Amino acid sequence: MEKMKKNLVIVGGGPAGMAAAVAAYDKGERDILILERDTALGGILRQCIHNGFGLHRFGEELTGPEYAYRYEAMVKERNIEFMTDTMVIGIDRERTVTAMNKEHGIFRIEAGAIVLAMGCRERPKGAFNFAGTATAGIYTAGTAQKFVNMMGMMPGKEVVILGSGDIGLIMARRMTLEGAKVKAVCELMPYSGGLARNIEQCLHDFDIPLLLSHTVVEIHGKDRLTAVTIAEVDGSRRPIPGTEQTIPCDTLLLSCGLIPENELTRGAGIEMDRVTNGAKVNADRETDVPGVFACGNVLHVHDLVDYVSEEAAIAGGAAVRFLRGETEANTLIELATDGKVRYTVPERITEIKETKVFFRVGDVFRDKKIVVRAGDEVLLSKKKQKFAPGEMETVTLPADALRKAEGKTLRFSIED
Amino acid sequence: MKERNLTCIVCPRGCSLTAVLDGDKVVSVVGNACPRGKIYAEKECTHPERTVTSTVKTADGSVVPCKTRTPVPKEKVFDVMKEINEVTAGNVLRIGDTVIENAAGTGVDVVICANKG
Repeated sequence: MEKMKKNLVIVGGGPAGMAAAVAAYDKGERDILILERDTALGGILRQCIHNGFGLHRFGEELTGPEYAYRYEAMVKERNIEFMTDTMVIGIDRERTVTAMNKEHGIFRIEAGAIVLAMGCRERPKGAFNFAGTATAGIYTAGTAQKFVNMMGMMPGKEVVILGSGDIGLIMARRMTLEGAKVKAVCELMPYSGGLARNIEQCLHDFDIPLLLSHTVVEIHGKDRLTAVTIAEVDGSRRPIPGTEQTIPCDTLLLSCGLIPENELTRGAGIEMDRVTNGAKVNADRETDVPGVFACGNVLHVHDLVDYVSEEAAIAGGAAVRFLRGETEANTLIELATDGKVRYTVPERITEIKETKVFFRVGDVFRDKKIVVRAGDEVLLSKKKQKFAPGEMETVTLPADALRKAEGKTLRFSIED
Repeated sequence: MKERNLTCIVCPRGCSLTAVLDGDKVVSVVGNACPRGKIYAEKECTHPERTVTSTVKTADGSVVPCKTRTPVPKEKVFDVMKEINEVTAGNVLRIGDTVIENAAGTGVDVVICANKG
């Protein structure tokens, strides 16, 4: 088996992997290798042809492919090495990466540091246990997106969408623009998981109804989908008898959540966060295995690629500091949440310095405060008009505040 | 005076805006976190615009992403889509290449969003 050595191996050549590589290079590291399983760099952005990317990062509105290209150009300008059509099949705690491609077969890389940037996948059809037949015509929204935007093929003409995540909303508009009739978007929860702007410009613009607290209860059709039966759900998300209605359609798209793709992470026995489904990390985005970092959607699902790039730059830069022996591994502060705040990233702090914490809430809260406490002491309290599960929030904790919290647990809560 | 509630689509923050109209003229906007929100509300109440993003087929049968270089009047969106679906681009394309000039008479060009060939 072929063996290689690299200072820094990055698993995944999407927006996170590319931004991590660029940041590492700009910190002085030259021995970098990006491994990408697809045929080209760019990740999921390649099929996200809609605009709205890059307002934070580049100060202008770009489409997904344009955003990806900016980073691809940065990677290429720096002559950062990358392999496409290359599948990583394992990593271990000694930072050995096992990968395979046509040129090298199965090969091993001894890595000084690893950045995990594998992204996420959609919750698949099998996760729903729909009553009815196993018929053609049911796709995840992202699969439909790939068909339409990359292969130029329409998956159907009359569409119902289950789940109001952003990809579902974007596909409602996309299918409509290409001549399909989108009959309804059903959302199990009493609120949408998508961005307000996407409800506006993808549904309202085309008079597509958004049915909150509704789900699909039955699938109809033998070879091809012919209809779905939907029903309203109660507060416990159970269908309410008597509210069923059957909508004729040939296509059902599922946009019901994204799951970080962490087979490699789990395979290495890295400690996971059960809420994010990503690794537990410190502010450097370092996992509990020294020298293994994670960033982007493999760590926690982001709303905006701009924040993926920002987080990946943290991880890439920290990987270089690790290679130079400049990082701290001992946990000084643990971060905890009250349930209304579902999670924080990072989950622990190992250095007392200004730290930006990403968090997500579990419900819609209006005119509430995010409060950060160390013991009884309030370190930070910030009021906001609206917190929503679909929108990632941040607070920045100054070094002074963290100094007071050393050795304690920082508690994040939503309060009146 | 009439009030109209809007959701700003300029950025992912999605501010809830209230525009106060005197006839069809916007006299004030509240709820916007930045100046772009005010401009959006004024346009949305008088002549709403949208950027159209789609794909265009190429000579070898594949598709490449494209967009209107700037937003076009909202009522022209489907006319622009029709033109996009009628055109065939070449096999060698660079980001920013014009594929349709003055799409559907809007004065706005449709440009390529990915490199090919």
